[in-house]
Amino acid sequence: MVTPFVRHRGKVVALPRPNIDTDQIIPKQFLKGIDRTGFGPNLFHDWRVNPDFELNRPAAEGATILLTGPNFGCGSSREHAVWALVQYGFRVIVAPSFADIFLSNCYRNGLLPVTLQVSDVDRLIRRAADGAYELLVDLEGQVVSDEHGFSATFNADPYGRQLLLRGLDEIGRTLLEEERIVAYERSRA
Amino acid sequence: MQTLFDRVWNDHVVQQLADGVSLLYVDLHLVHEVTSPQAFAGLRRERRRVRRPERTLATVDHNVPTGDRSLPIADPVSALQVDSLDTNTREFGIELFGLTSPSQGIVHVIGPELGATQPGMLIVCGDSHTSTHGAFGAFALGIGTSEVEHVLATQCIVLSKPRNLEARVIGSRAPGVGAKDLILALIGKIGTAGATGHVIEYTGNAIRALSMEERMTVCNMSIEAGARAGMVAPDEVTFAYLEGRPRAPQGKAWGSAVERWRTYRTDPGATYDARMTLDASNVGPQVTWGTTPGMVADISGRVPDPAQFRTASEREAATRALAYMGLEPGTPLEGIPIDRVFLGSCTNARIEDLRAAASVVRGRHVAARVRAMVVPGSQRVKAQAEHEGLDRVFRDAGFEWRNAGCSMCLGMNEDVLGERERCAATSNRNFEGRQGKGGRTHLMSPEMAAAAAIEGHLVDVRGW
Repeated sequence: MVTPFVRHRGKVVALPRPNIDTDQIIPKQFLKGIDRTGFGPNLFHDWRVNPDFELNRPAAEGATILLTGPNFGCGSSREHAVWALVQYGFRVIVAPSFADIFLSNCYRNGLLPVTLQVSDVDRLIRRAADGAYELLVDLEGQVVSDEHGFSATFNADPYGRQLLLRGLDEIGRTLLEEERIVAYERSRA
Repeated sequence: MQTLFDRVWNDHVVQQLADGVSLLYVDLHLVHEVTSPQAFAGLRRERRRVRRPERTLATVDHNVPTGDRSLPIADPVSALQVDSLDTNTREFGIELFGLTSPSQGIVHVIGPELGATQPGMLIVCGDSHTSTHGAFGAFALGIGTSEVEHVLATQCIVLSKPRNLEARVIGSRAPGVGAKDLILALIGKIGTAGATGHVIEYTGNAIRALSMEERMTVCNMSIEAGARAGMVAPDEVTFAYLEGRPRAPQGKAWGSAVERWRTYRTDPGATYDARMTLDASNVGPQVTWGTTPGMVADISGRVPDPAQFRTASEREAATRALAYMGLEPGTPLEGIPIDRVFLGSCTNARIEDLRAAASVVRGRHVAARVRAMVVPGSQRVKAQAEHEGLDRVFRDAGFEWRNAGCSMCLGMNEDVLGERERCAATSNRNFEGRQGKGGRTHLMSPEMAAAAAIEGHLVDVRGW
C-alpha cells in the first residue's frame, strides 16, 4: 500500500537541466531484479560516479525535494525510475513539465510531481543554490511555499491527487466495478 | 464528428469515473520479463488472478542474449528474470513465447507479425514503445508496472483522455529517405516534449504511401516526441498486411472484421486539439548529433554551435550533449568516424528494414575497425531473412548475424557499447549511456547505418 501524501516540508536539491530521461534516473543494468526494492542506491548511477554531481555535494545530504528542468522522466516507461527516487528519499519533484508515463508512475508510488512555471522553478533553483533551502509542499491546498515569501499554487492532476492523498488501492477499487466490466464484455461478445 | 482516436477511445469506455478519468477495457496486454515480475508478485500477494489470460501475450526480449540459444543464460540475474516470467505465465495461464520459441522476438515486432495487433484495439504493455501498434489504428500505449498489475487483475486501465494532435505529412519522399527520416525530422521540429499529453494521428499522402512496417517505425517513435500514442487510420495496406496472419480473423470472420475496421477513421470536419504539417519532400536522411532524439539534423548538415540556440537552457543542453558525444561545433556530420553499427530494435528490425540494409551492403564489406551486428526483431523475421539469403549478404560483408531481442538498443544483455565507442544505430534513443556507459549513439535509418558500416563513417546514402 502506498503512503498517502498530504503535505511535506523538506530540503531541496536542484538538478537544473532539461529532459532528464529515465535511463539516467535508473540505468538499465539495475532493471534485472524481480523485486520492488533496492533501487535507491543506484539512483542516477552513471552521474553519481562524478564527485561534483549535484546529489554528491554535502548540501544535498538528506534532500527530499528535487527541483529540475522541463520534460523530467522522459523516455522509457520503467517504473523502477520512480522506485529509485522514492527509495533514495525523494517525496516531491518540482519541474516545469513531466513526461506522461512518468507522471502516472509517480501517482501510484506516493511521489508528488509538482508542475510550476519555468520562471518560478528558476527562482527556486537560484534560492536553492546556497544549500540548506527548504520548501513546504501542500497537496491539499496545492501550494508550494518557502519561509522567505515565495508562494505559488499548482494544479495537480485531479485523479493523481486523489491517489496520493488517499494512498488508494486502485486495483481493489476497480474490482468493485466487476458488474460493469462483465456488462461491457457481454456487450462486445 | 469524431477523430480516429475519439472513436477508439469511446469504444473502450467501461465507465466514467470521478476526477476526470475513465475506466477503459484493454483488448490486448503484451508482457515481457523486465516490467512484469513485480506485477505478478503483487497479484500473488493479494491473491488475485489474471482476469483475461487469453487477452495477454508474453515474450522475453529485453535482457535475453542474442548469441547461441542452446546455451544457458550466462548472467544469473538475467536468467532469474527470464525464468520468473516462465513461472509467472505458467501459474497464471498466460501464453509465453519463450527463448527457444520460433515466435520469440521483440514484443512490438511479434504482436503485429502474429496478427494479434488489430485496428480499433486498445493495447497496453509495460514498455514505452507500445506506440508502435498504433500503426494499425489501435490506441496503444506504454504503462508502468503498477498499471501492468492493474490490467492483469482487471483487464482495464484508468486513464484521463489525452488531447489529439494531427501530424499531417505531405509531399513525396526523395529516394534514400525513409520512414525513420520522417519521424526523426518531425521530432526535430516539435521537440522531445512537443506532443506530451497528446495522441498523434499521422495523416496525409506521405503517410498513406508508407508500408505497414514503415508506419510502425513512425508510430514507434511517437513516444520520443513525448506522445502517449501514435495512430494511423487503417486502410487497404493494413488489411493486406493482416490477412492470413495466425491471430487475425479467418474465413467469414475476416470479412466482417474488415468491414468494422473501415469505420476506424477520422470524420471529415472532425477537429483536433492541435495540428502540424511536415513536408516530406523537404526531408533528407536524418542523423542525430546529440543525446536526445530531437537533437537531429540532415546528414548534409554540420554539428550545430550551441551558441546559436535560443534559450540558455537549450545552449547548456547542447553544450553538454556535444561534450558527451565528443563532437566539435561545425564538424560536417558526413565523415564522423564510427566504431560500431547496430541494425536492430523495435523501430527498425523488421524484414523490410533488413532488406533495405542488405541492398546497401550486398557485395561490399564492413570497414576495418568497425564491428557491425544485425539483430532481427523476431525469430520469424530472422527465419524469413535467412529464407531470402539476407543472412549470407550480411555475414559475407562482415556483419554478425544474431538472434532476436532488444539487444544493444538498451544494452541490458551483453550487447553494449564501450566507453567513447561511437555507434551508428537504427534504434530509437541516443540518451547518455543508453547503449552502454559512455557510449555515443547516432540514430539513423537502416540504409544509412548500413552505408556507415561499409564506409566506417557517417555517410549520405543518397550518394550510393
